[in-house]
Amino acid sequence: MDPHDKSIRWIKPPELGLLERSYLPLFLDGITTTLRHLFSRKKTVQFPDEPHQIPDPLLYRGVHRLNRDEQGRVKCVACFLCATACPAHCIDIVAAESPWPDREKYPESFTIDELRCIFCGMCEEACPVDAIELTSLYDLSGKSREEMIFDKEKLLSVYDQTIDKEPMRSRRQTAQPAGARSTLPTDRRDGLPTDNDPS
Amino acid sequence: MAVVIIDGRELILPEGRRLNGIEAARLVGIEIPHYCWHPGLSVVGSCRMCLVEVGMRDAKTGRITMQPKLVPACNTPAVDGTVFVTTSEKVRQARARVEEGLLLRHPIDCPICDKAGECLLQDYHFLHGQPQRRADLRPYTSRRRDIGDVTLFVDRCIMCSRCVRFTREISGSSELMVVGRGAQEEIDVFPGRPLHNNLSGNVVDLCPVGALADKDFLYRQRVWFMRCHRAICTRCAVGCSIWIDENQDRIYRLRPRPNPFVNKWWICNEGRYGYHYVHDRRRLVRPMRREGQSLHELDWGLLPDELCQRLRTAAPLAAVISPFVSVEEAYLLCKLIRSLDAQAVLACGPIPLVGQDQNFPGGFVVLAEKCPNRRGVEAVLAHFAGKVVSFDELLQQLADGLARGVWVAGGYPMPWIDHQQAQRFAGLELLIVQDLFPSPLSDLASYILPAAAFAEREGSYVNRNDWLQTSAWAIRPPSGVRPEGQLYWQMLGMPGLFNPRSVLDDIARQIMFFSAATCEIPETGLDLRVNLLAEGQADKERSHDV
Repeated sequence: MDPHDKSIRWIKPPELGLLERSYLPLFLDGITTTLRHLFSRKKTVQFPDEPHQIPDPLLYRGVHRLNRDEQGRVKCVACFLCATACPAHCIDIVAAESPWPDREKYPESFTIDELRCIFCGMCEEACPVDAIELTSLYDLSGKSREEMIFDKEKLLSVYDQTIDKEPMRSRRQTAQPAGARSTLPTDRRDGLPTDNDPS
Repeated sequence: MAVVIIDGRELILPEGRRLNGIEAARLVGIEIPHYCWHPGLSVVGSCRMCLVEVGMRDAKTGRITMQPKLVPACNTPAVDGTVFVTTSEKVRQARARVEEGLLLRHPIDCPICDKAGECLLQDYHFLHGQPQRRADLRPYTSRRRDIGDVTLFVDRCIMCSRCVRFTREISGSSELMVVGRGAQEEIDVFPGRPLHNNLSGNVVDLCPVGALADKDFLYRQRVWFMRCHRAICTRCAVGCSIWIDENQDRIYRLRPRPNPFVNKWWICNEGRYGYHYVHDRRRLVRPMRREGQSLHELDWGLLPDELCQRLRTAAPLAAVISPFVSVEEAYLLCKLIRSLDAQAVLACGPIPLVGQDQNFPGGFVVLAEKCPNRRGVEAVLAHFAGKVVSFDELLQQLADGLARGVWVAGGYPMPWIDHQQAQRFAGLELLIVQDLFPSPLSDLASYILPAAAFAEREGSYVNRNDWLQTSAWAIRPPSGVRPEGQLYWQMLGMPGLFNPRSVLDDIARQIMFFSAATCEIPETGLDLRVNLLAEGQADKERSHDV
C-alpha cells in the first residue's frame, strides 16, 4: 500500500485527557463487571452431570430425524433435494419404487454421515414433504466412524424418540388462499387419483 | 435471396433449406418455446406454445401487413418477406395462458418425477409462465400405466403426441394412440398390443415432460447429478452418436446425440440398454500370468517391458484385432507387433453377426453387424499387411503352425469364441489375451490382460459408411484396468499418456483411407470417402488421358 495514496484518509487518534491517561475509569468499569459476575447467578452448566436446557427445541439444529407419515411409513419420497442442497455431501440416498400402492417412490436406503454433517439445516429447508428435520438432540457420540453413519432405521428411531417433545414442523399447516399457496397441498391424500385405473 | 425478419432482425435464408418459424428463429439465436414440434416428426401444431405474430412484407412497397391472430411458428414456413414477432405482449400473454392451461391438471410431483431438471414444462414455466396460480391444486400423484417397454404416467402427459407420431412415422409400429377427447385425452395402447419395438426407448427422450419413463432408468438417479459425455455407440456398425450420462464413474443411461449424418435423433434399444456389461462384476480387472496351472496376479509397473521381452522370444508372431478396438489402438498394436516381428500375421477378429439388418420406415437402420469398427480395423490391417486376414484364415494358419506367439486384442462385450476355435490356440508358446470377460480363449492364455469398455477408452471408429467419429472417455475404468491405447503407447516406448489425436494424425498421414482425418474431427464425424472420391476421380481422369 502506498502511504501517499490520495484516496487514503488518515485519521489521528483523539487526544487523551488526564483522567483517561490514568486508566482509572476503564479500570473501575472492568472491575465492576468482574464483581457483578462473581456474585450473580452462575451460567455454567455442569455437563454431563446436568443436561443443557435448549431454549427452543424447534429452532435448534441437532441430530436429524426422518419423519413418519400417518401410517408409520417413512415420509421421505426420495427426491434427493436434501442431498442436492447439502453443502457437506453427507446424505446418500438410494431410491426405489415404493412397495405401497399410494406412493410412487421411496428411499430404499437413506444414510447421513453425522460426522460429515455441518448441521446447517439446508436439508430441512429443501425437503418438499417435511420428511427430514433436525431435532434438539446434541449429545452425539459413537465409538467408530461407521457407527456415526446413520441409516434409515436409526433416523426413524430418532423420530420415535423425539416426536413427543418436538412435533413435526410442517410449513403447510396454515390455510392460505389458492393464489398464494405454496407448491404442495396440505394433505397428500387429497390428490390421489379419483378414478380407479386398472393399471 | 430470401429474407425473413424475426423480431426486427433480418435473416438471409440458407439456400435449399425449408425452414419453419422455429428453425429460422434459432438461426438468429431466438428460441421459440414449443412442445409438440420436433424436427424429426411431422407437424401437428397442437400444443399452441409456439404461437407468434406473423406478417408479410410486400416486396415492392416494403409495407408489412400483420395477421390479426397469432399463428403457430412450427406450421409457418419461413419464406421471403415473412415477419415473425416473438416478444410482443400478445405473444407473452399467449404463452402464459398455454402454460397455465397445461398446469391446471398437471400433478405437482416434480420431486419424484424423473424428468425434473430437464423438463420443458418446468423450464417454460419459469421462462414464460406466471408466478401466481389461480386454480386450486388438485392432483399430487400421477396414475401409472405399464404400456410395454416404457412406463406411462398418465396424468403428467401434456398431449403433445410426439410419442404417437414417433411410433407411426419412425418405428412404423403404431402401438401408441390417443384415447378419449378433450380434457379426458390420454395416451394408451390397444389391449394385448404393448409398446414393444427396437426403437421404443426414444419416446422417453421425445417426451417433453415426465409422462414416459424409462424402466431401466426409473428412479435410479436425478438428472442434475449426472454429467454428459459425447460418445459413440459400439453395439452395431452404424455407430450412432450418443450421450453417456454418468455420475461418479457409473453410467446411468445413454441418450441419442442428434447427428444428421448418422443417426438423426434416434438410437435403438440394443444400444441404449447395451451398456450394462460395463459394470458387470464378471469383468476381468487385473492382469494375470499363467504359471503352471495357477494364475498369478501382476502389477502394471513392469508388465509392458516383460510383455515385450516375451514377444521378442516368441516370434513368429500373430495378432488378432477385434472390430471393437478403436482405429488408434489397432494402429498402435499393428505397429508394435510389426516392430517385434516384421512378418507377423495381422488378422481381424471375428465379426459378430446377429440376425438381419432392421430397417425402419423413418430411415433408421439397426445393422446385423454388431461391432463399431470393422471398416477402420480392416483399413489399418490392409495398410500393414497388404490384405486383411480373416479370423478363419488365421485359425487355419495357426493349425499350420505359422505362429508361436499370438496377441489377441478382444474387447468383445458378448461371448465371441467357442471351445473348438479356442483349441486352435492351444500349444502356442505365448498367448496374450486382452478381453473384457473370461472366455475359452482366456483359459488358455499365458497372459490375461483386462480390456477397457467403450465408455472407458478414447479413439475413433469408422462405421460401415466410412464415417469416422471420435469418442472420448466418459468414465474411468475399474481399478486395475489399463486402456489398451495406454498399454500399446507405453510398450512402443512413447513418453507420457496415450494421445489418440497424435496417433490419428500419424494414421492420416500414413494411410490413404484416413487422409481426410488430418483436420479437426467435427462432433458429428467426418466422411472418409471425401478424399477417396476425389482420388477415384483423379484416377479416372488419368485413365482418360491415357
